[in-house]
Amino acid sequence: MSGRSNGLRAYALLYLLFLYAPILLLPLFAFNSGTIIAFPLQGFTTDWFTQMWGNPTLRRALSNSLIIAVSASVMATCLGVFAARATTRFTFPGKGGIMGFIMLPMVLPEIIVAMSLLVVLLGLGIELSILTVILGHTLICMPYGIAILSTAFSSLDRSLEEAAYDLGETKWGAFRLITLPLVMPGIISSLLISFTISLDEFIIAFFLAGTEPTLPTYIFSQLRFPKQIPSIMALGTVLVALSILLLGIGEYFRRRGIARMGGKNGGGFL
Amino acid sequence: MAKPGMDREARQGLTLIAPPFLYALAILAVPVLTILSYSFLTDGYLEVIGEFTFGNYIQVWSDPIVRAVLLRSLSVSAAVTVVTVLLAFPVAYYLSFVVRPERKSMWLFLITIPFWTSYLIRVFLWKVILGYNGVINSSLTGLGIIDQPLTFILYNVNSMVLTLAHAYAPFAILPIFVALEKIDRSLLEAGRDLGENRLMTFWRVTLPLAMPGVVAAVLIVFIPTIGDYVTPELIGGGKIPMIANLIQVQMLALDNRPLGSALAVTAMLVVAVVSLIFLWLNRRFLRVKQ
Repeated sequence: MSGRSNGLRAYALLYLLFLYAPILLLPLFAFNSGTIIAFPLQGFTTDWFTQMWGNPTLRRALSNSLIIAVSASVMATCLGVFAARATTRFTFPGKGGIMGFIMLPMVLPEIIVAMSLLVVLLGLGIELSILTVILGHTLICMPYGIAILSTAFSSLDRSLEEAAYDLGETKWGAFRLITLPLVMPGIISSLLISFTISLDEFIIAFFLAGTEPTLPTYIFSQLRFPKQIPSIMALGTVLVALSILLLGIGEYFRRRGIARMGGKNGGGFL
Repeated sequence: MAKPGMDREARQGLTLIAPPFLYALAILAVPVLTILSYSFLTDGYLEVIGEFTFGNYIQVWSDPIVRAVLLRSLSVSAAVTVVTVLLAFPVAYYLSFVVRPERKSMWLFLITIPFWTSYLIRVFLWKVILGYNGVINSSLTGLGIIDQPLTFILYNVNSMVLTLAHAYAPFAILPIFVALEKIDRSLLEAGRDLGENRLMTFWRVTLPLAMPGVVAAVLIVFIPTIGDYVTPELIGGGKIPMIANLIQVQMLALDNRPLGSALAVTAMLVVAVVSLIFLWLNRRFLRVKQ
């Protein structure tokens, strides 16, 4: 390797360190017995994890977040299957515009989505609850689901379906028996990514949940109390570990799906 | 293909796309249009009066505070975009040109992981790192390098730029990487064969061909950062609001929905105009289809 690529490699590694710096600090403070988040570290403790587990508001936030994330990821993935199938298999008038519009929440500032939805819900007199958060989260998870599912659907061999028709299967039968199993890794990957996004989403949950806590809004409310910070660090450690695990599984299925259809691995999630 | 066949295919496609499209219409388009119509209505006490007015826009556009916050949001976003894209380009270049093909997806996965993990806690941790008693300050004082904690790194625009640049890093790397991957490697060899040195080949061949990715990266970082709510709140200490914080105050704390709507619409307009100008400036790079 030349000196130039060694320089680039060193830079890329430094950049990774910059990306991971906050996440690496998280467990240090979560297991640190000092009550103040600063160096030098005091001693080892698991008290913050125990304290976190015994907190009833946190448990409520956790169950709310899980309900929201499961519902939003299932809804987003179902809607995503329709969109991915339509965009990879059919041509129809206004395709570019429609798809662009559906993918818009990916770049739109979340505050705009949250505020406008809030105004409409309040205008209609709809009570804010975790249901309204699910509506918002489905919207913002959908484009990511579509991006993943489109890759899965586009590497599908159309002749397999046609073979199924020729052998007497109905449209639905062919979809269920041929298409669905082949894109299943994409579906699982889309479910996991949507779940992770929803679990982590703050703005929409903050404005649309009413008085119900979710994990991010609970964390936000606790950040102003210095005494609570160590147990928030413990919570953060658990969440980060969970996200990495889910993403790892998602990535595994995404790659397996690509390998199964003999495709080339094009890259990451986006 | 015969005409009726086309129609049938179009109909099937439209039927399939209908559920997600209708969902986005109901949850995104209807609310945004509602905001748009509210922005032309009059604010009464606790309710919106159905009286047409340009008053909200006049008030928003003539208010020096709004102007200052909008300018700050724009400059913070612009700084974040420049920093993020400049820092990201060499990484994308490294991934595309140096890393062996079978290890590329591993690198991409490593880069995207931090992006998916607890945004709120990551932002807060920057406060911990940069704070008055934070990691940097307590380490430096502990080592005896400084006597007084450094104050220029917290509760100001610099720390907001750093935090946001960290948060949006993968967004910048991925589009540039994709553009670099598309470049036909023989073009680079041709450049070298024709007597250009490495640097000039990069400048005259690689960079122009990578520009569509850079443009995408700029927009994909710039547009969401301008509406960021959390970073000004946590890192800026609530004292240096950006446009999202102002919208929230008008809409909820002051309960003036028409004025808040006018602010939101103004923010969207400004973002759209800036993005379009940027696209227009780079039009010659985008015209080339590979």
